[in-house]
Amino acid sequence: MSAVQEDVVTLRVAAKEVASDGVVVLTLRHPDGARLPDWAPGAHVDLILPTGAVRQYSLCGDRFDAFRYRVGVLREPDGRGGSAYVHDVLAVGDTVGVGGPRNHFPLVPSERYLFVAGGIGITPLLPMVRQADALDADWTLVYGGRTRASMAFLDELAAHGDRVHLVPEDECGRIDLPRWLADPQPDVAVYCCGPGPLLDAVERACAHWRPHALRTERFVAKEQGAPVRDEPFEVELARTGRSVTVTPGRTVLEAVRSVGVDVLSSCRQGTCGTCETDVLEGLPDHRDSILDDADRAANDCMFVCVSRSRTDRLVLDL
Amino acid sequence: MTRTPMTRTIEPHPALPVHHGDPFGHEVLEDPAAFHGELREAGPVVHLARYDVYAMARYAEVHAALRDWQSFESGAGVGLSNFRTEPPWRPPSLLLESDPPRHDAPRRVLSGLLAPRALRRLREQWRSAAADLVDDLLARGPEFDAVPALAEAFPLRVFPDAVGIPDEGRENLLPYGEFLFNAFGPHNDLVAAGAPRAGDLAAWVNAQCRREVLAEGGFGAQIWAAADRGEITPDQAPLVVRSLLSAGVDTTVHGLGAVLHAVATFPEQWRRLREQPHLARVAFDEAVRWASPVQTFFRTATTDVRVGDAVVPAGKKILMFLASANRDPGRWDDPAAFDLSRDPSGHVGFGFGIHQCVGQHVARLEAESLLTALAERVASIEVAGPVVRHHNNTMRALGSLPLRVRPA
Repeated sequence: MSAVQEDVVTLRVAAKEVASDGVVVLTLRHPDGARLPDWAPGAHVDLILPTGAVRQYSLCGDRFDAFRYRVGVLREPDGRGGSAYVHDVLAVGDTVGVGGPRNHFPLVPSERYLFVAGGIGITPLLPMVRQADALDADWTLVYGGRTRASMAFLDELAAHGDRVHLVPEDECGRIDLPRWLADPQPDVAVYCCGPGPLLDAVERACAHWRPHALRTERFVAKEQGAPVRDEPFEVELARTGRSVTVTPGRTVLEAVRSVGVDVLSSCRQGTCGTCETDVLEGLPDHRDSILDDADRAANDCMFVCVSRSRTDRLVLDL
Repeated sequence: MTRTPMTRTIEPHPALPVHHGDPFGHEVLEDPAAFHGELREAGPVVHLARYDVYAMARYAEVHAALRDWQSFESGAGVGLSNFRTEPPWRPPSLLLESDPPRHDAPRRVLSGLLAPRALRRLREQWRSAAADLVDDLLARGPEFDAVPALAEAFPLRVFPDAVGIPDEGRENLLPYGEFLFNAFGPHNDLVAAGAPRAGDLAAWVNAQCRREVLAEGGFGAQIWAAADRGEITPDQAPLVVRSLLSAGVDTTVHGLGAVLHAVATFPEQWRRLREQPHLARVAFDEAVRWASPVQTFFRTATTDVRVGDAVVPAGKKILMFLASANRDPGRWDDPAAFDLSRDPSGHVGFGFGIHQCVGQHVARLEAESLLTALAERVASIEVAGPVVRHHNNTMRALGSLPLRVRPA
């Protein structure tokens, strides 16, 4: 497991505050007061909890403060226990492992932005609106949630006045996507983060926009169809000089690990990007929620926790 | 110029040592070791009275300051000139001369394009280009000047093709880089000598950055493709291409010159490299540490910054001595030795932090290609005549490196 430890630092919970019904905000610091790795809006970190659970959370603090990370954690009643641990057990003074940061959701330069947040999806967008503001960009945030009381960071957002449109579902219903997205705007970059159904709806609503106008990040994996192949395929590890057969019931990650090659991985669902591996030959069957169409077409990398092969053989840079 | 001994004065800060020497004078450019040693001895921060700038020359402070982009900005320029008070001679670089958040997108695009994964397609091409170059050279005899014959010839053979610029006018690349790196220093004789041509050279370089000029598949065309995907704006694309042409030629030339100079000066290390060719990459990084092709860059204090007992006042320029940090005996054992058993990791020859050289993998691949080709064909290398320095305000460069080789 040595590779897994490499990019992990141990940080201390310096503050824990309730941000709304169901959301706590953690402030993390280095126990020695040391500087933390740089990040940009859209970046996430892995939280490695004392139970061994690993969860990804977007950084939502101030990137100019090199000494504090801030993450918002939603209690997931149907979750696997990670968020419940953060809410119920993790206390100020405790330490957690932190991996990353990694960024699959970078803010591209634009004069105008439309940010669409659903629930805890506000967290990556929070530093983005601050940055858009700092760059004097013209921006609008549409932020939907179940109820006003469940929506985090409303105090901070209040400073931005009418740039922020709050849509609590119990008062206003769901976000009126046609109102915001029916007319494609040539110079607007659309950023969306939130639950799967919101992301799917925004993707549909932006289908007639120019390519790359919409950028999204998923906290849970996108629904995938069946794998392209249902027969086994060979994976050759170029640097190690070994080969392994990947059967339909097994992931490439498991197969690679079974021959003693360690690959850093975290979410195991193709959302966090930790296990990115270079593809030297063969065509991957991409099953992640990270790569865009252009990245997919390049076929030069894959996320081995979920992606498979379209060809009989894949050669990986491992 | 003569070096003035260190004095302590009450100006401009009681705790601060002052040095009256000129880091851009010919004596220091010829051999900066003594000057660097004086600065390291004097303290963590030294006031350079001649230019009213501050200096950091010890590894610990240079390393920490390069990481701290919040306190030490690049957007006011990384040369002596302060862009907040003086107009820059060319539009500022979106990478080198900018800070977050404006720095993010151009950096992200270039670091993706120049990542080791993306360079794989060049590996075979560059290996065979290096083999051809070395074969041709050895066929002409065992003695040559390695500066034009290898250090300049190899990058000029492979890099402009990789960017995708036309053949015509490539002779402008080296003089453009030469002027650019001089212009980070004061307006001294080196800048004056290059100034008459600077406008024409810059115009030529800018013309190579247009979409229609750049060959399909090259780094330049890929930068424009990133603009098509909205990752950078169409206004930014030519400036990102310009960064490749500005920073990707002279630096590599002098890095290759440094490694060739190193293996000729330390023959046992060449033997070792021949026995263990996988050390080619270590050799290059160790040479970058040993010689620091980029000697210095400035930063500007965004606020009053405390460093040790001293305070660097807001708005003041700080000269970061990368070369001195790379030979700080507080960090490196026997720092003047070029030693392949050393782990050169952590050297600041490529900078450090968010501005760390984005093209370092390209430079390493060029060096690995050339060293591998040489190691296969050359049993020994020795210096065959006077090594001539070429003075530049920013770069440690060789004008001439006469070598004699014994073919394997």
